[in-house]
Amino acid sequence: MSERTIGGVILDLRNISLSFGGVKALTDISFDVREGEVRAIIGPNGAGKSSMLNVINGVYRPQQGQIAFHGKTRHDMDTHEAAAQGIARTFQNIALFKGMSVLDNIMTGRNLKIKTNFLQQAIWWGPARREEIEQRRKVEEVIDFLEIQHIRKTPVGRLPYGLQKRVELARALAAEPKILLLDEPMAGMNVEEKQDMCRFILDVNEQFGTTVVLIEHDMGVVMDLSDRVVVLDYGRKIADGLPDEVRGNPEVISAYLGQAH
Amino acid sequence: MFYREAGQYKTSYADDGQIFPIRQDRYAIAVLLLVAFVVVPFTASAYLLSGILIPCLIISLAALGLNILTGYAGQLSLGTAAFMAVGAFASYNFVLRIPGIPLLLAFALAGMVAAFVGIIFGLPSLRVRGFYLAASTLATQFFIVWCLTKFSWLSNNSSSGIITAQPMQILGYTFSSPASKYLLVLSIVAVMALALKNLVRSNTGRAWMAIRDMDMAAEVIGFPPMRTKLLAFAVSSFYCGVAGALYAYAFLGTVEPDGFSLDLSFRVLFMIIIGGLGSISGSFIGAGFVFLMPIALNMFFGATGIHMPESVKSNLEQMIFGGLIIFFLIVEPHGLARLWQITKEKLRIWPFPH
Ligand SMILES: Nc1ncnc2c1ncn2[C@@H]1O[C@H](COP(=O)(O)OP(=O)(O)OP(=O)(O)O)[C@@H](O)[C@H]1O
Ligand SMILES: [Mg+2]
Repeated sequence: MSERTIGGVILDLRNISLSFGGVKALTDISFDVREGEVRAIIGPNGAGKSSMLNVINGVYRPQQGQIAFHGKTRHDMDTHEAAAQGIARTFQNIALFKGMSVLDNIMTGRNLKIKTNFLQQAIWWGPARREEIEQRRKVEEVIDFLEIQHIRKTPVGRLPYGLQKRVELARALAAEPKILLLDEPMAGMNVEEKQDMCRFILDVNEQFGTTVVLIEHDMGVVMDLSDRVVVLDYGRKIADGLPDEVRGNPEVISAYLGQAH
Repeated sequence: MFYREAGQYKTSYADDGQIFPIRQDRYAIAVLLLVAFVVVPFTASAYLLSGILIPCLIISLAALGLNILTGYAGQLSLGTAAFMAVGAFASYNFVLRIPGIPLLLAFALAGMVAAFVGIIFGLPSLRVRGFYLAASTLATQFFIVWCLTKFSWLSNNSSSGIITAQPMQILGYTFSSPASKYLLVLSIVAVMALALKNLVRSNTGRAWMAIRDMDMAAEVIGFPPMRTKLLAFAVSSFYCGVAGALYAYAFLGTVEPDGFSLDLSFRVLFMIIIGGLGSISGSFIGAGFVFLMPIALNMFFGATGIHMPESVKSNLEQMIFGGLIIFFLIVEPHGLARLWQITKEKLRIWPFPH
């Protein structure tokens, strides 16, 4: 871990509560994320981890609480604004665009950098073509970085699960995000694929200084990767701290013992 | 000649981003265009031009329009004919009421009126999808045809809304012969197909497909759902509108609102299902297929001497379409265009598939 520097708080969540009808998914949760760190969110099934990410990038609107990001405090996030401010994510259930090639999927990650309008794109020659080539160059960097050159032109639907997860990461990285939200990026992968994915996440964090918020069930992975861990159970925060502190926390142990893991 | 890309190395992203990356495809398209622009106008009979090629091209343009909305952006629409009607009547009124307006400008403006109507009637797509959206576009279909019949100003007070398209004049030249009309239609369709090809291989097309495939992820990535969907409605309706204008001016000459019925909307929908959803060549293939099949059947019965009453023939036609649509919906949603692509892929590695 050579030049990693962990800066000040970049994202601060205060007293977030979210419910669906009668179901309380999140209750009064506060935690922060510092610039450049890998922040893990763990907890048993249904603890509210995915809901937390959905609050961070505006897919869900919490009933209570505040989100401070980029020096601005808001009640809830707007998905578009979140993306424009540099929050990118992957999903627990792969959310790739099934009808498109790997390349096109990753290109969509660059959509906010596109300046030409649809008329210029219809004409193609001139600005649109130049821009497309420019974006393609950036996308190729991501493709090289994640070592998926060989599947560039493949329709994503034909790829095995592990590679789909990697393409989804590529799509998020193509946006050159400040914060990367990863919802169980290694679920369902074999050991080798997991190792690759761990390496990629660390590389992203170290080389680009990208802040990572990671949901993961595999405790080994969490302990290896993360700087700080927040633990949720039944929508409440039960622990927050360094991996070793959290691991020894009796409440965390009992939450996990209550659950088959 | 071998169909394959071996030895054709792309050394730049510009090369790789060409419309037709494989050289053989480029040759094929070049030959096709050459034949269509140079050989056909001089050799085809008047019947072939006015009775088959012109309507085929025009309806292909409408199929392209619907494919933008349904195939690329994933919004089912049954209002294609209505947008064609808007285009036909709008161009008629522009030429009628603005003396000396250039014809192509009138067509473009008519397309824009259709685009505007498309945006209005696309608004429900922001809230509803699938079946409910189809139902709301169905309402569009009936409402517009009703409007065109009801408000006689739109048809210059003719009885039951019938309009007769003015002669087509560009820079003093009147397009009256079948060959000249054909060339005009072909040029417009070719340019618009190329523009669409460009659109769908750039960010706009990716936005449409992203919304179609996974709208939540598309939004999270930064595609604005409202703008993306409404743009699809606008561009789609523009294409249908221009197709409608050409339908009136270059094909039928005289049209009435009832000519743009639900039946026509369905036929265009069948074309893109059979040809291929989300495929530009598929729009042409499907249009050609649906348009030519009845003619081919007729010729088949004529040639074999089998006598069939008209009613049986038209039922047979319906059955063949029905069967094909079910086949494509279940087995190959990407239509004939995809089957062709699979053939090409096989050919690329033939004769050693491993
Ligand atoms: N869109 C929704 N509508 C209704 N309830 C929801 C919705 N999303 C989440 N929930 C509920 O909120 C609670 C937390 O769910 P969430 O998906 O955040 O858990 P999780 O920690 O990600 O679990 P897992 O480890 O299984 O992914 C669950 O009880 C779930 O049923
Ligand atoms: Mg989850």
